[in-house]
Amino acid sequence: MRAGIVSYGAYIPRYRIKPEEIGKVWGEDGVARGKGLGIISKSVPSPDEDVITIAVEAARNALKRADIDPQDIGAIYSGSESHPYAVKPTSTVVAEAIMAAPDLTAADYEFACKAGTAALQNVLGLVESDMIKYGIAIGADTSQGAPGDPLEYSASAGGAAFLVGKEKVIARINGIYSYTTDTPDFWRREGQPYPSHGGRFTGEPAYFRHVMTAARKMMEKMGVGPEDYTHVVLHQPNGKFPRRAAKKLGFTDEQVETGLLTPRIGNTYSGAVPLGLSAVLDISKPGDRILAVSFGSGAGSDAFDIAVTDEMENFNRNAAPLISEMVENEVFIDYATYVKYRGKIRRKGD
Amino acid sequence: MNMPRFWREIQGRYNLIGSRCGNCGDYFFPKRDICPKCHRKSIGKMDAVKLGGSGKIVSYTVVHDAHPEYSDMKPYVMAIIELDEGVRLTSQIVDCSPEEVRTGMRVRATFRKLAEDGKEGVIFYGYKFRPE
Repeated sequence: MRAGIVSYGAYIPRYRIKPEEIGKVWGEDGVARGKGLGIISKSVPSPDEDVITIAVEAARNALKRADIDPQDIGAIYSGSESHPYAVKPTSTVVAEAIMAAPDLTAADYEFACKAGTAALQNVLGLVESDMIKYGIAIGADTSQGAPGDPLEYSASAGGAAFLVGKEKVIARINGIYSYTTDTPDFWRREGQPYPSHGGRFTGEPAYFRHVMTAARKMMEKMGVGPEDYTHVVLHQPNGKFPRRAAKKLGFTDEQVETGLLTPRIGNTYSGAVPLGLSAVLDISKPGDRILAVSFGSGAGSDAFDIAVTDEMENFNRNAAPLISEMVENEVFIDYATYVKYRGKIRRKGD
Repeated sequence: MNMPRFWREIQGRYNLIGSRCGNCGDYFFPKRDICPKCHRKSIGKMDAVKLGGSGKIVSYTVVHDAHPEYSDMKPYVMAIIELDEGVRLTSQIVDCSPEEVRTGMRVRATFRKLAEDGKEGVIFYGYKFRPE
């Protein structure tokens, strides 16, 4: 495939809450909960942030690192399960906010936590077939967790954007593989504020089956093994699942570490693999090979075999904030502030 | 906020599109059709320009008695910012506590939710500023 990643940008809100702060409200041992999930803190959007603002900041950061005319962008697809509008796209606001409008196509994607990688596949297809010169794919979420639900310990906010093109490609896509089944492990019905899930059912038949099959078949398709990759980025609903899946697949802790952000920022849903991949690209060198596998409940996994090119040497990654800088730029809040920021307090007129 | 009015101002609010007088070279924000200094000499010479979005705080105040839309963020900072092009505008300063704000502090534009027309209405987005 000649289409590949030309640039990328990310955004992580700076507020954080710790599991112990959540646990103390619900009469649970938050420290133990956090330990069980492998999470020490999660990001929280401020009241004036949502998927649209995160998507715009991520797309702008991607453009800061690329020397292109935004008018050459022919498609913007944003994947999320927390688009601010049920009807009215996130992507149109992004298009206008990066001055790519009006000569382009735009749409929003939804496939639980893999909507961002679904968007990336579609943009790659349009660029590869020469229907457009450049396209932007975004994965972003301000995910919901019902008060008192175990999800509250992990559901967080953040996102990343990828500029896809054929010129000055920093990360070439060697191949793509997707694995999709009808598995109702996690869902949110129309009009419901919080998602429901199958508890332990979200593990083996859902996350592990899809992520591991997609990873294995991707490697089979490319004729390679775990040892051929520099980094592996797996969907990370918590800090434990991706480590366990990677280990079973034959990857080492070193291959997993760079792209594993959930322990510090929580589960950013559609933003998770895009952010993990951004963290890897932040430190990648020409010749590095990356396996990225997303997972979306319902259920499916998208796998990408990615090769970092020599063009990475000329890439100005410092033109926008690095993932490590955004992860470190943290302000901790208490549970009361958290519920206020997330709009969980019922007020007069609600 | 009136929706058509906001829609007309999207380019200014999203991308800080202002004007530059082709006669004297001064920048303006929001956009103007005529330069207040050059008057008719500026007619047809007011070019739309994208302002860089970086500048410094000229003056600020901490709001404790907040507008209902902003009560979740109180106390919050409103500031007059001078952009590097010399244009001044008013904006909320975010990602920064009132104690951290100083006159002369470098800030840059960020994209945030400004307001919403109730739970069922349209959401208005635009610039706010944060420490550089």
